[in-house]
Amino acid sequence: MSAPSPVELDEPELDDLSLPSTPWVTIVWNDPVNLMSYVTYVFQKYFGYSKKKAEKLMLEVHNDGKSAVSSGSREEMERDVQAMHEYGLWATLEKQD
Amino acid sequence: MVGGFSYHRRSKQVIATFTGFEADLLRSLAGQLVELLRNEAAAPAETEDPLEAMFDFSGPTTEPDDPVLARLFPTAYREDAEAAAEFRRFTEGSLRDGKAAAAATIIDTLEDAGLPPELTEDGLMIDVELDHDEAETWLRSFTDIRLALATRLGIEEGDEDYWDSLPEEEQAAQVYGIYQWVGILQETLVDALWGE
Repeated sequence: MSAPSPVELDEPELDDLSLPSTPWVTIVWNDPVNLMSYVTYVFQKYFGYSKKKAEKLMLEVHNDGKSAVSSGSREEMERDVQAMHEYGLWATLEKQD
Repeated sequence: MVGGFSYHRRSKQVIATFTGFEADLLRSLAGQLVELLRNEAAAPAETEDPLEAMFDFSGPTTEPDDPVLARLFPTAYREDAEAAAEFRRFTEGSLRDGKAAAAATIIDTLEDAGLPPELTEDGLMIDVELDHDEAETWLRSFTDIRLALATRLGIEEGDEDYWDSLPEEEQAAQVYGIYQWVGILQETLVDALWGE
């Protein structure tokens, strides 16, 4: 991702939330185009996440190259992936490990 | 140089003022996107059975040839070609329509705000006022425009120095300048939407 000006943000905290036992996840992948602020905005608006959680997920995408941003049934994840494509984010779905 | 978008509390609108040149440029970028989205038809994959092919209006199953379209409509299943094809069949058509409609909204808004079909007048200023939904539509379409420009240029993570070092007169440098400008506009638009 890119930002027109450098953005100072704290390092993401380790994820201490245990993932729900649902078998599918939506993965958003890093790309060199989408703005950090825009990705945060999308996570917040579409998933209804707090700004803090949305920023944490955005930073995971930015720093780790990808992040699992939602989980649920296969149908739900297909809906989420389609929505991410509407927003121009590079998203895929897969079965959770 | 760039004023960009801001949130106007009293009218609850997201507003921006563009020069005629800037508005004309945005219209041209949005127009090219619409053309691209409608150009390479979202055709169903070929099948062995001609009768089946004739009645298969549901959508494409293979990744578009054009790299911009391939980026706008990524493969949803990385390790399951069959599921990826099914997903594409059911989503790509409506995604294309949505993105084309969003770009058309930019064009319509600019023209409703007074941008003439041919820009001739010097000193023309275009005031744009967007409600929340229109602002989000512009926001999404700016992403599509930036993805299209970046894909054509071949932009990669962390290569800003390369683009900044290109001589100004090179076409790629000029396109990169436009890409950056739309990025700054988009940044101000996100801020304006957060300011609501």
